[in-house]
Amino acid sequence: MHYALEDYVLDIAQNAVEAGAREVLVELDESPGGTRVAVVDDGRGMRAEQRARALDPFYTDGTKHAGRKVGLGLPFLVQAVEQAGGRWSLDSEPGRGTRVEFDFPASSVDSPPMGDLSSLFLSLLCLPGGHEMRIRRSGPRGRYELSRRELSEAVGGLELGSSLAALKEFLVSQEED
Amino acid sequence: MAKMTLDELRKLREEKKQDLSRREVEGKEIQVIVGMGTCGIAAGAKLTFDAIVAEVAAAGLGDQVVIRQTGCMGLCYVEPTVEVAMPGMPAVIYGKMTQDVAKDLVKMHLVEKKLLDNHIFDRPAADIMKK
Repeated sequence: MHYALEDYVLDIAQNAVEAGAREVLVELDESPGGTRVAVVDDGRGMRAEQRARALDPFYTDGTKHAGRKVGLGLPFLVQAVEQAGGRWSLDSEPGRGTRVEFDFPASSVDSPPMGDLSSLFLSLLCLPGGHEMRIRRSGPRGRYELSRRELSEAVGGLELGSSLAALKEFLVSQEED
Repeated sequence: MAKMTLDELRKLREEKKQDLSRREVEGKEIQVIVGMGTCGIAAGAKLTFDAIVAEVAAAGLGDQVVIRQTGCMGLCYVEPTVEVAMPGMPAVIYGKMTQDVAKDLVKMHLVEKKLLDNHIFDRPAADIMKK
């Protein structure tokens, strides 16, 4: 199990990037009732049978590590959401992409803490690849949207230490009043 | 602190550019790669990544060090894992790189060019190596 809600988001978004997506959208809406997250990609998608098996912790498609027999990202998420009394959905179609949506109710003691969103967004934006990623965040301090392409252009790429340090300051400021 | 705009971010990036002439002299860049698979995330690799970004900038190495993320390196039992490659040092995969140890990694490996002996795991797990 992961510790914080942000860890589940990063895990699912990494799946989206690894599925060959050109566009990934991450939505994170925090309201008094709870937190809703959607991760939408236009990657290779899954057939109905693969979609069902993706929820089995002892199944992986074998493309990442041929000898390994576990795939824990989605099973971790489903277990945590159901334990907290939240809802989740997984929609996917080969060639179209995948949409994972879930929420954690604020009223449940089993809902994980949010974590540090500036760290989450830094890691999300720095997932390797030539894709675009949009992050839409809404919460008690309003809403904002981030574009990986725009931010990468602004800091001269998302790899050099000094670029990432500047980006981190920018992301921290977005969570300020 | 008010919300920064993209223009302000561009200016900040310029300010953070460090001594580029030093980079040209050394000629080669330093690469630090953090494993960000499910196992790494569960063990706090995101905090490790964050700590490395902050420490590299604090050490004045911001324009010499490339910091990347990758998936699982196969060493799930010693996450978080960090691979380091730099001129004059052997390429190493470090394990158990929690955020505090990651700070030592920057100070010792990148600045003082000394290995962190108790965290060396040498290379990715044998069963995931490409043949």
